[in-house]
Amino acid sequence: MTPHQKVFALITSIVILLFILELVRKRKIKEEYSWFWLLIGLVIFILVIWYDSLLFVTELVGSETPMTTIFLFGFLFLLFVNIHYSVKISLFTEQIKKMAQKIGILSKEIEDLKNKEKEK
Amino acid sequence: MNTKDALLIIPAYNESKAIGKIIIEIKNQLPDLDILVVNDGSIDNTDTIAKKYGVDVVSLPFNVGYGAALQTGYQYAQNKKYQYILQMDADGQHEPRELVNLLRVIKNDQVDVVIGSRFLSECNYQASWPRRLGMIIFSKITSLIIKQRITDPTSGFQALNHRVLEFFTSEFYPSDYPDADVIVLLYYAGFRIKEIPVVMYSALNKGKIHNGLKPLYYVFKMFLSIIMIFLRKKPYFYRKENKL
Repeated sequence: MTPHQKVFALITSIVILLFILELVRKRKIKEEYSWFWLLIGLVIFILVIWYDSLLFVTELVGSETPMTTIFLFGFLFLLFVNIHYSVKISLFTEQIKKMAQKIGILSKEIEDLKNKEKEK
Repeated sequence: MNTKDALLIIPAYNESKAIGKIIIEIKNQLPDLDILVVNDGSIDNTDTIAKKYGVDVVSLPFNVGYGAALQTGYQYAQNKKYQYILQMDADGQHEPRELVNLLRVIKNDQVDVVIGSRFLSECNYQASWPRRLGMIIFSKITSLIIKQRITDPTSGFQALNHRVLEFFTSEFYPSDYPDADVIVLLYYAGFRIKEIPVVMYSALNKGKIHNGLKPLYYVFKMFLSIIMIFLRKKPYFYRKENKL
């Protein structure tokens, strides 16, 4: 890794970390949704200052170059994040459906009660 | 016939043109029948028109889909302790005169679900060929799985009793279009199903389902749903207590 690449990667990881932390501070991202983004920033940071670890992983998965390893894991990471979101969206869909049903029935009950009051 | 213990559920989405006429026709047939219109987040005045014709209306805050709207009706019926449920579409597809037959069969025969089939009767039901093909495939598959001839699994013209009501208000119910998968599920839960012939018309309000790429998605989803029923833990909900 050339010093040039190193500096660029370090800056990238630090920017990601700070950006995510700032979003959490402003409550734009909830803590429970921020951890994997913080993780990716941290992983980049570690890979830069401890380059041998990247070479080790490259060896382990049998990639040709360290670059391939980075792309492979970047891709897998994004895949995981998207599946995670699909699970969450399904959960929310179910919750929203139940809420809508409850609101519909409760509104009807309130309306009926009001009409009963009027009749008295 | 006594209709005091029965509720007719009509899920409606933007049906302001059709809903009034349907309610009048139903009231002509069964004047004492309680009717609930579930307004599925319509952007027209379906709810005010339905109220004007003197039926109960539950309005959902936004559109949640046919199945979820129907399930809201089930929940309402369960709260009010109705024994029998009738359900029909608001688009003029289903003939109100058939309601009496559905109700009679659910009350008198030893069955839990009655499905009104357009293909058992001599009717001139028109459908596009991909839709027709989908219907044939899934009626064959359903018949094969539940070891009983089912000709019209897509039909939303049905009657059910309070045992099925309890089952449907639990987790097991699809949000979009309950279809062959629900019939297979009912079979595995130990309910008895019967089809009777009904007159059905082509929907006045076209374009509800099965248009464009939707038939393809429908076929895919239905296969997936049926396979999932086999993979999931069987809902032996009612079979154990089935004393009849």
